[in-house]
Formats: sequence, structure tokens, C-alpha cells
Amino acid sequence: MNGSVGVNVSAATFATSQVLVLVVLSPLLIGLMRTVRARLEGRVGGGVLQPWRDLRKLLLKEPLQAQGRSWWAMAGPVLLVSSSLALCALTPLLGTVTFPSLPDDLFVVVSILLLGSVALALVGLDAGTAFGGMGSSRHMMISALVEPTVLLSVYALSIPVGSSVLSRIVEARLDDPASVLSPVSLLALLALTIAVVAETGRLPVDNPATHLELTMVHEAMVLESSGRDLAWLEVGSWLRLGVLLGLVSTLLVPWGVATDLTAAGMLVAVLALVAKLAVAATALATVEVALAKVRLFRVPELMAGSFVLAFLAVTASYLVVQG
Amino acid sequence: MSLLGLARLIGRTGRVAELAPPAPEPLSGMPRVLRGSAQVRHVDAGSCNGCEIELGAAFGPVYDAERYGARLVASPRHADVVLVTGVVTHNMLEPLRRTVEATPRPRVVLAVGDCARNCGRFAGAYGVAGSASDAVDVDLEVPGCPPEPSAIVEALRQVTGK
Repeated sequence: MNGSVGVNVSAATFATSQVLVLVVLSPLLIGLMRTVRARLEGRVGGGVLQPWRDLRKLLLKEPLQAQGRSWWAMAGPVLLVSSSLALCALTPLLGTVTFPSLPDDLFVVVSILLLGSVALALVGLDAGTAFGGMGSSRHMMISALVEPTVLLSVYALSIPVGSSVLSRIVEARLDDPASVLSPVSLLALLALTIAVVAETGRLPVDNPATHLELTMVHEAMVLESSGRDLAWLEVGSWLRLGVLLGLVSTLLVPWGVATDLTAAGMLVAVLALVAKLAVAATALATVEVALAKVRLFRVPELMAGSFVLAFLAVTASYLVVQG
Repeated sequence: MSLLGLARLIGRTGRVAELAPPAPEPLSGMPRVLRGSAQVRHVDAGSCNGCEIELGAAFGPVYDAERYGARLVASPRHADVVLVTGVVTHNMLEPLRRTVEATPRPRVVLAVGDCARNCGRFAGAYGVAGSASDAVDVDLEVPGCPPEPSAIVEALRQVTGK
């Protein structure tokens, strides 16, 4: 009895600190990516803190609703933020202690991810504008192609561990660091990285800085939102990017993640997460400078490629583990 | 261009942005909420595209308006500043009014170039409905035909106060 209370307390501590750390870090992460891009383009850029300034301003502005919008225009952004916060709480970014009743199972995480996607797509449809609907349909198409890859690639990682709980996978990687460099792991992580880039709307799948409505995916869905609603949509998407980048980098470099609750372990975990996210964001922004957006009808080819990698990883995991 | 060639070009080019000129005197009438962050929606109400070239330069690498907290956005609902260029033609009169209406308050309307201020050399032409201030309430003006990028950047800095 006491043991389970202790587990619940440390799981709650880890979940709360993950939420707090990611809420603070995610806008800084976007600021870092924009700054890296600006520096590589010869500009100075708005600085790392600029997304926080934008957010503060958006929260202070009066939201303006388009004619004929429903209550979903306000509820959708809140649902997106809630789903992203739930993701922050569940994913083992700081510690691998999970609630016994609510483990961070692969299928739970992917379902919550999809819940946020659907909330966002409905926000895009809600105003009834041509661009919003177009963005939503593209977003759902990409989501439909991304989710199987996410499921399959994490499934490949879960086969050697024998559990689809993300925390157990990270723990197994901490115990046996050599498994990170196994072919299964590398193939699965490559597939997962492509899926994460597509899911979070980065180049080459979607251009977050675009002004051309016809090329938009994420931007088209948020075109009609303003003020507070827009702030929630932005925070929700930034948190998703933070969580998914954090997940990929934690799976690739599991060191620093705490397996039980201690003050020193928590400090190390936070510092390690900040370092991992900073490196991952800098790398992503650097790669993006050299990339152009691919045509929408070539996105399925890219996603099919990543699905094949994930499938190969699953196949390889059976070959490697049995041998 | 190969990736290596691109990397070499980036390394050779380095920083293009000029040193930031001293911050302009803050304007009293600007909303305090927009301090440090102002999203800009650009409306071409009937311009000859001269101002657009200068505007492109203002947000380009050399003048880099983004470092002062200004950023171009794709929707008036995301914007704080509506930047109007050109004379207001009959066809753009209503779209311009609607764009300003679709911008959440507090908002700033910035008329860039002589055409937007007083119709410039297109005054009295048959397709012209008037200047920007005839159509909407203008808060700030940038003179010039076309205005220099540094003048546009200075006007934006008066909004963001950076």
C-alpha cells in the first residue's frame, strides 16, 4: 500500500515537473530555432525570447471571432493545449516513474496526439473558409500517414523490451546503452524522426513561415483565430514539438533520465533535457535551411519511405532478438 | 547547389545585417500591449510595387526588422499592424476596410509611401478612390516615394519600442 502511494507521488512529481519545464522551454525552443535560422541567413533575428513576447501580447489582445463561428473556436484551442499538456505529463522526458493506473503506453500517447490533431482540424473547419478547410484536410491526410509510422517505429523499439510502455523502453535503454546503436533502434528512430517532422509541421512537409495560403497546412487551419485562441493554438503546437523532439532525443540519448525520485537526479534530468532539446532544435533548424518544402502530393512518398523504415525495424527486431 | 556548397556560402557570407541604429523616440499614442512584439499584415491597396520592394528589403537580411520584434504574418487576425501601401483603388477600398476590421484591437494602421499618404503621383487618376486615410483611420505615416527601408524599420520600431 505504502509502496504504491510512493510510486504515485513520484510519478506525479515527474509529471508536474515535465509539464512546467516544457511550458517554459517550448517557446524558447521555437525562439532558438528561429534564431538559428536567422543567423544562417545572415540576419540577427528576434532573439530566443521573442515567442514569449508574442504570447504575452496575444493573451492580452481581444480575440475577434469570424462571423458564423461556433463555440468550438474557443473550445478547440483549449482542447489542443490540454492534449499537449497531457503528452508532456505522460512522456518519460525527466523520469521513468509512471502511474500504475495510467502508464505512458504507446497507444495512449498516440491517441492523445491524434486527439490534439482532430481538435486543430475542427478549428480549421469551424470558420467555414476555403483555406481553413483545405488546411484541415491536408492535416488529416498527413496525420493518417504519420500515425502508423509512429506506432510501428515505437512498436519496433518495444519488441526487445517486451513492453509498449515508453518508460520501460527508456529504462531498458539506460540499462543497456549498446541497444541504442542496434540496427532496429537506428531504423526505428530514423522513421520516428521523419514522422515527428511531418507531425509537427516542419520543413520539408510544411513551412511554418509561409505566407502563401495555397502551400499552407498548419498555418491555414489557424488563419481565422486571433488573440487568446491563437495563443492557445500556438502553445499547443509548440508543446507538441517540444514533447516529440524530447521523445526522439531521449530515445536516442537516454542518459540523464531519472529512474527514481531524488533532488539531484531531478536536477540532472532537467539539465540533460534542456541540453538535448537545444541540440535537437539547433540540428532541426540547421537542416531546414537547406531544405525546400516538397509538393503536397510527394508527402505520401516521404511518409511511405519512413513507414518502410519502421517496418524494416520491426522485421529486424524479430530477427535480432530471436538470434 | 550541393549541401557542402551551401554550407560554404553560409560560412563565407556570415552576418549581413547592419548594426542597429539607435532606437527612435517612443511615440506616445502607441498601444503598450504591442511593446516588443508587433505582427504586421501588409495590404497592397493599389501600389506600383515600389514600396513592396523596399518593404521586402526592410524585412530582408540587411535591415532585418524582425530583430525589433516585428514579423510579417499571413492573416489580419494574427496582426497588430496593418501596413498599407499604394493609393486606395476602387476595387481595394472595401477589402482594405474589411482587413482593418478583421484585425483585433489594439491595432495600428501604418500608411507607407506617398501614395498611401496623399495619393502621390496618382492623385486624380480615374481608378483611385483616395488615400489610405480616406478609407481607414491611419495612426502612423512613412513619407517617401518609395520610402527607404530604414524609414519603414524606424516606423515599426516606434510601434514595438525596441
